[in-house]
Amino acid sequence: MYQIIKKETLYQDIYAMWIKAPEIARTVQPGQFIILMTREEGERIPLTVADYDREKGLIYIVFQIVGKTTDELSSFKEGDYLYSFIGPLGKKSEIDYFGTVVLVGGGTGIACIHPIARNLKKAGNKVITIIGARTKKLIIMEKELRQVSDELIITTDDGSYGRKGFVTDALKEKLDHDNNIKKVWTIGPPIMMKVTTSLTKAYSVDTIVSLNTIMVDGTGMCGSCRVSIGGETKFVCTDGPEFDGQLVDWDGFMNRIGRYKKEEKESWNHHKNQEEC
Amino acid sequence: MADMIPVKERMKREQIPMREQSPNKRIANFKEVPLGYTREDAIKEAQRCLQCKNPKCMTGCPAEINIPLFIKYIVEEDFESAYLTILKTDALPAVTGRVCPQEEQCQKECVLKSTGKPIAIGRLERFVADWARKNHIHGKTDSVAKKDLKVAVVGSGPAGLSCAADLAKMGYHVTLFEALHKPGGVLVYGIPEFRLPKTIVEYEVNEIKKIGVQVITDYVVGATGSVEDLKKEFDAIFLANGAGAPRFMNIQGENMNDVYSANEFLTRSNLMKAYLFPEYDTPIKIGRKAATIGAGNVAMDSARTALRLGAEKSYIIYRRSRKEVPARAEEVHHAEEEGVVFNFLTLPVRVLGNKEGKVTGMECIKMELGEPDESGRRRPIPIEGSNFTLEVDMVIDAIGTMANPIIAKSAQGVEVNKWGYFKIDEKTRMTTCEGIFAGGDIVRGAATVISAVGDGKVAARSIATYLSSGKSLKKK
Ligand SMILES: Cc1cc2nc3c(=O)[nH]c(=O)nc-3n(C[C@H](O)[C@H](O)[C@H](O)COP(=O)(O)OP(=O)(O)OC[C@H]3O[C@@H](n4cnc5c(N)ncnc54)[C@H](O)[C@@H]3O)c2cc1C
Ligand SMILES: Cc1cc2nc3c(=O)[nH]c(=O)nc-3n(C[C@H](O)[C@H](O)[C@H](O)COP(=O)(O)OP(=O)(O)OC[C@H]3O[C@@H](n4cnc5c(N)ncnc54)[C@H](O)[C@@H]3O)c2cc1C
Ligand code: SF4
Ligand code: SF4
Ligand code: FES
Repeated sequence: MYQIIKKETLYQDIYAMWIKAPEIARTVQPGQFIILMTREEGERIPLTVADYDREKGLIYIVFQIVGKTTDELSSFKEGDYLYSFIGPLGKKSEIDYFGTVVLVGGGTGIACIHPIARNLKKAGNKVITIIGARTKKLIIMEKELRQVSDELIITTDDGSYGRKGFVTDALKEKLDHDNNIKKVWTIGPPIMMKVTTSLTKAYSVDTIVSLNTIMVDGTGMCGSCRVSIGGETKFVCTDGPEFDGQLVDWDGFMNRIGRYKKEEKESWNHHKNQEEC
Repeated sequence: MADMIPVKERMKREQIPMREQSPNKRIANFKEVPLGYTREDAIKEAQRCLQCKNPKCMTGCPAEINIPLFIKYIVEEDFESAYLTILKTDALPAVTGRVCPQEEQCQKECVLKSTGKPIAIGRLERFVADWARKNHIHGKTDSVAKKDLKVAVVGSGPAGLSCAADLAKMGYHVTLFEALHKPGGVLVYGIPEFRLPKTIVEYEVNEIKKIGVQVITDYVVGATGSVEDLKKEFDAIFLANGAGAPRFMNIQGENMNDVYSANEFLTRSNLMKAYLFPEYDTPIKIGRKAATIGAGNVAMDSARTALRLGAEKSYIIYRRSRKEVPARAEEVHHAEEEGVVFNFLTLPVRVLGNKEGKVTGMECIKMELGEPDESGRRRPIPIEGSNFTLEVDMVIDAIGTMANPIIAKSAQGVEVNKWGYFKIDEKTRMTTCEGIFAGGDIVRGAATVISAVGDGKVAARSIATYLSSGKSLKKK
């Protein structure tokens, strides 16, 4: 059993938790993820490791309520235990010295880019971070990201904070003015990653995306997470989650993450009905 | 106590059949299909055994069960002794009694085989194990003195469980590492509830825990910790991680939404209990017309699961003919009774679908059998121009599994062959790294529960020999 040591509400439906998992904290690397279950009857859901404390044996996760399991997880309190917590899974991010790099984050992807940014900075890169959300309150981890970035740009769709517009607008401007940018990471909603990738393609800048396909085991056993990369079938859990964005079959990927729309709704309704009883 | 009956009587008596749920009833539930022997059935069947002085049946049992002895106890109605006899060498009797391919193992060697009426050894074994579970009879736990040596077993399928149980009985400290949240391997995630109830697997795993095996779930060796980490802490290691990676056909349309690997389909249904959705959270697609590709046990399980989940039609698509079907005859028979439709000599060439990624059909081509290939079976050859479309809305790939490289990558000095399976010394089951042993599907490729159990036993003995000679991974 894995204890929730600390719980934070980052914004309305975005939560963060520190979980006691010393074995995972010992070896985890930026870019990797865990799979958890709230209880025995629950689903196995993957979440990126947004930070870790090797000494204290803690793993930091940030999640947004999008369905039943994340909703249930948000109701857990400090001191409660999770039924299952497995990792670290997936390949680590390729951290190296590239020169100037840009990290683009949206939604809970903002949390996911944090350890990558920190380690890229440590490796000597000039780190430019661009984060965006619909509105000011949805901007999370600003302080942490400022600490590890040479430059932090914030965008909001409604202009309530930072610049008005999308992350891709800010990125385009950077690419237009700075031709030293060697690599871009983009993590967030699928559509944001897709648009970012097609933008950077025009500038021939390598772009890494982190795919959030639907998983079961997370160890290469089921193939639920498979996606076509450069015409070859790859398993996101073991070959990824990070891939060269230019090679991703975005339509196929977006179809597959919508595979259980109907069932997810049914599960949500069942869950809400039970809460009322 | 029942009587031993005269040999002439024994030869005359027919094999006692096992009662089953009727096909129309059972396709609407996930309850076990065969209902097991009653006490009377078991005694009647046991009475037929000739109690051979040189019991051939035993040569066919990798679990090394003293078959005539436990059968004799059944006749004497001393079911407790029968159970303890089996348990002495087989830590998973309720499991092997159900899913061991008996007709290819012990029953094939039984002297009565030639009469067409071999003793139904598996059914008797199942009866005894079920009786013991219901009557709270347990194996002895006050085993030998504990030795100060630690063995790590990786993977909790039948190979890992049997090795761990045997080593614990010899007094070693055994820690079993399992990647999933539940121990049992294919027994919990692959084989469906209607063939092997999960409470039974859980029960037998718990019995193994009681003899001192420590089970650590949620631990992916090669991710959570490496084999190199284990080497520092344990005196010997047994690798039994199975051959769990799914194979796909690599045909067009295979990544569409309603195409599953059998592993995914069965894991969702069995391990995650998607058949109880939404009480359990994990969803599963319920197609109207399901096509399962392949004709092994895994394919039969998938096609029968699809029916139970509500598919109106469930097809098996197999490129060879009925004669070459690799599944157990009993499974094929059960599938047919339940209405699974077999399409022999048929090869899928692409999956058809719409823009939303939904499957609308599968294009297939008819095959004919040519000359025998390397496997000795006649090679299927496509008949040009025979393409046709089968209307289906879900596809399950059950064409086999292969080695998952995750462990091999994290183990220095442990060599694999060209298929990714560990190379071992046939006699000792030791890998190319001294002190590390391996067995089960990760050595043989997808095989059977009983061969995995057998491998676990042989490896346990070999590990004991290695350790008794004073060697240890820690000393290397
Ligand atoms: C490698 C990886 C890292 C991720 N990291 C984060 C993270 O750091 N923070 C975060 O908030 N979310 C993250 N996700 C997504 C997260 O797993 C889903 O939001 C979660 O599974 C939704 O479960 P639910 O029951 O609440 O919602 P559901 O109602 O089940 O689903 C809502 C949506 O979530 C996605 N989803 C559903 N089930 C799964 C599943 N088993 N695996 C993956 N996606 C699924 C689908 O797109 C679905 O439409 C990550 C996903 C992956 C694959
Ligand atoms: C659907 C299906 C039906 C079958 N039906 C029959 C049948 O009727 N009769 C029969 O005899 N055989 C049957 N088989 C075959 C039989 O189940 C297998 O041959 C047998 O289970 C192999 O045992 P094993 O111990 O080698 O591996 P497995 O049972 O595969 O167990 C391996 C275990 O190792 C774990 N593992 C893998 N990687 C790691 C890691 N990195 N770290 C930690 N743990 C890990 C896995 O999660 C798993 O629990 C069937 C197989 C399937 C899939
Ligand atoms: S384990 Fe299998 S081979 Fe051995 S006696 Fe039982 S059914 Fe026969
Ligand atoms: S070979 Fe057959 S008849 Fe002889 S002891 Fe074994 S089960 Fe009984
Ligand atoms: S989640 Fe099962 S193979 Fe990737």
